[in-house]
Amino acid sequence: MLFFIEVTLSGLMAGVMYSLVALGFVLIFKASGIFNFAQGVMALFAALTLVGLMEKFGFPIWLAIIGTIAVMILLAWLIERIMLRHLVNQEPIILFMATIGLAYVLEGMGDILWGSDVKVLDLGIPQGASDWMLDNFDIYIEKLEIFAAITAGIMVAFLAVFFQKTRIGRALRAVADDHQAALSVGISLNTIWVIVWSVAGIVALVAGIMWGSKSGVQFSLSLIALKALPVLILGGFTSVPGAIIGGMIIGVGEKVAEVYLGPFVGGAIENWFAYMLALAFLLFRPQGLFGEKIIERV
Amino acid sequence: MIYRETGQFKANYQDDQALFPIAQDRYVIFGILIVTFAVVPAMLNEYWLNAILLPFLIYSLAALGLNILTGYCGQLSLGTGAFMAVGAFSVYKMMVAIPELGFIPLVLLSGLVTAAVGTLFGLPSLRIKGFYLAVATLAAQFFLIWMFNKVGWFFNYSASGMINAPPMTIFGVIVTGPHANPIAKYYLVAAIVAVFALAAKNIARGRIGRNWMAIRDMDIAAELIGVRPLIAKLSAFAVSSFYVGMAGALYFAVWLGSAEPTEAFDINQSFLVLFMIIIGGLGSVLGSFLGAAFLVIMPILLKNIMVDGLGTDTSLAKHFEFIIVGVMIIGFLIVEPHGLARLWRIAKEKLRLWPFPY
Repeated sequence: MLFFIEVTLSGLMAGVMYSLVALGFVLIFKASGIFNFAQGVMALFAALTLVGLMEKFGFPIWLAIIGTIAVMILLAWLIERIMLRHLVNQEPIILFMATIGLAYVLEGMGDILWGSDVKVLDLGIPQGASDWMLDNFDIYIEKLEIFAAITAGIMVAFLAVFFQKTRIGRALRAVADDHQAALSVGISLNTIWVIVWSVAGIVALVAGIMWGSKSGVQFSLSLIALKALPVLILGGFTSVPGAIIGGMIIGVGEKVAEVYLGPFVGGAIENWFAYMLALAFLLFRPQGLFGEKIIERV
Repeated sequence: MIYRETGQFKANYQDDQALFPIAQDRYVIFGILIVTFAVVPAMLNEYWLNAILLPFLIYSLAALGLNILTGYCGQLSLGTGAFMAVGAFSVYKMMVAIPELGFIPLVLLSGLVTAAVGTLFGLPSLRIKGFYLAVATLAAQFFLIWMFNKVGWFFNYSASGMINAPPMTIFGVIVTGPHANPIAKYYLVAAIVAVFALAAKNIARGRIGRNWMAIRDMDIAAELIGVRPLIAKLSAFAVSSFYVGMAGALYFAVWLGSAEPTEAFDINQSFLVLFMIIIGGLGSVLGSFLGAAFLVIMPILLKNIMVDGLGTDTSLAKHFEFIIVGVMIIGFLIVEPHGLARLWRIAKEKLRLWPFPY
């Protein structure tokens, strides 16, 4: 029983890590209807920039983080200027393809700028097992994962306030609802896109920091996008809470399946199990758990 | 003036419903076929045949398959790599078990096996749409590749998990395995691709192709006018997977000779083929070829220019290649989101009027 709880808890924590990546997808999809495949590479790029600023230029941590945020905002502005502005009104699949192109560009750029070797990211985030949990409940949990969960919680709260209470947040929701209506009441689409991509860039930075601290900053970091996709379809493309809860369901499902089912079928099933789980959910709710109901008219 | 249909009268139904109703189109097609089968093998050396034309033709076939599903029927799929793997592994199993059937029937059979698998993974499309479906097809991608890695039966329990194509002959000439004749390989692949490209063109303009296009343009409206979504969508998955499976079989048996699932059929293959049809043109047979040509030749060209021409370091060149490919994709989508096939259409329009302005 204790073992089961431990597996479940570690699954929950891992799920939160997936949610961090999925959040960035949701933000951009909500505000512009773009399925941004480059989100994972953005996380890699942000982490690479952070490490690069600290190692190559000797920045202190806080300055490096501010510098990376500035870089991500600049990147968002460039993406809007060079790419999105010219693709207004194209079909979703074209925009999706364009973000895959963007992923290639960012990947190549990150490698050329900062080198492609594995880097260690050390921001003083506590590592190792949590002693308190180990002593009191005899459960093994990584401190880093607890830290990530708390960060994710803060970030979601912050995003919720941002979306509900601020002027910009309201403008974002208006754009998500109807591009043309938003334009006609005087909301600038271009500015909104820059803001959304900047926020997504910052979320990517947080995800990059967490994953980077966990497994080092390296090329495989960009593949976490593939981990976030089942989370996304499970929770619904347009729902921030969906990303968190979807992440937890996927995390737990994956861990439990790997531990209890894995040995019977030869192991390493976590690559596809999340997808199958999400697919099973989708068959009953085609728009995901929290996605907006798809209404179709002829 | 050059490309005009004026004066080409159709006196009966056969003429009216011909695959290429305009004479100029027919001349061009015959020209291309003659060049493909008579001129190219005589002129080009082994490097060209093996490194450029074979992958071009094989990827064209895969792109044709995906174009049937995504371009004609509007169902976005990211599982192409896995379906190619199904084709490759089924042709491998059959080449070992029943070689007496001959190579071409085995390729067709492996296409059929893939069609069955593709139909199975197409079932969710009846319920989910758009990007949700695209992510659902990733389930096929990861699950199938995992299965080919884990289940020993598929690679005959070889220690490395690799599959190697045993030599097979057609009319006494070896076409698979390490000692294959490059010209024979080229003829084999070119013949299969030519036949099935014409078949695709034919299917797409017939009743079933029109059903697919109706589903693509608006599935509910299509359902209301009597197109059955179940049959239309699943048949698109089946036909598409058939093409992709054959492409996978040829990719493994004729081009690579040996393959290993995680390397040769990973998700980047799926993206590559998807790029081909988007850059070539969605819903166009010609576009599949143009896209495949573009994406097969461009990386080779880039590498040659940078490594041999400019003397760039190989790994740096690899990174630059990433950037250039990405920039070209974005640039292409901005300039011509309907792909290379659209440029050809515009050119035809120009040729029809030239030299007059209207």
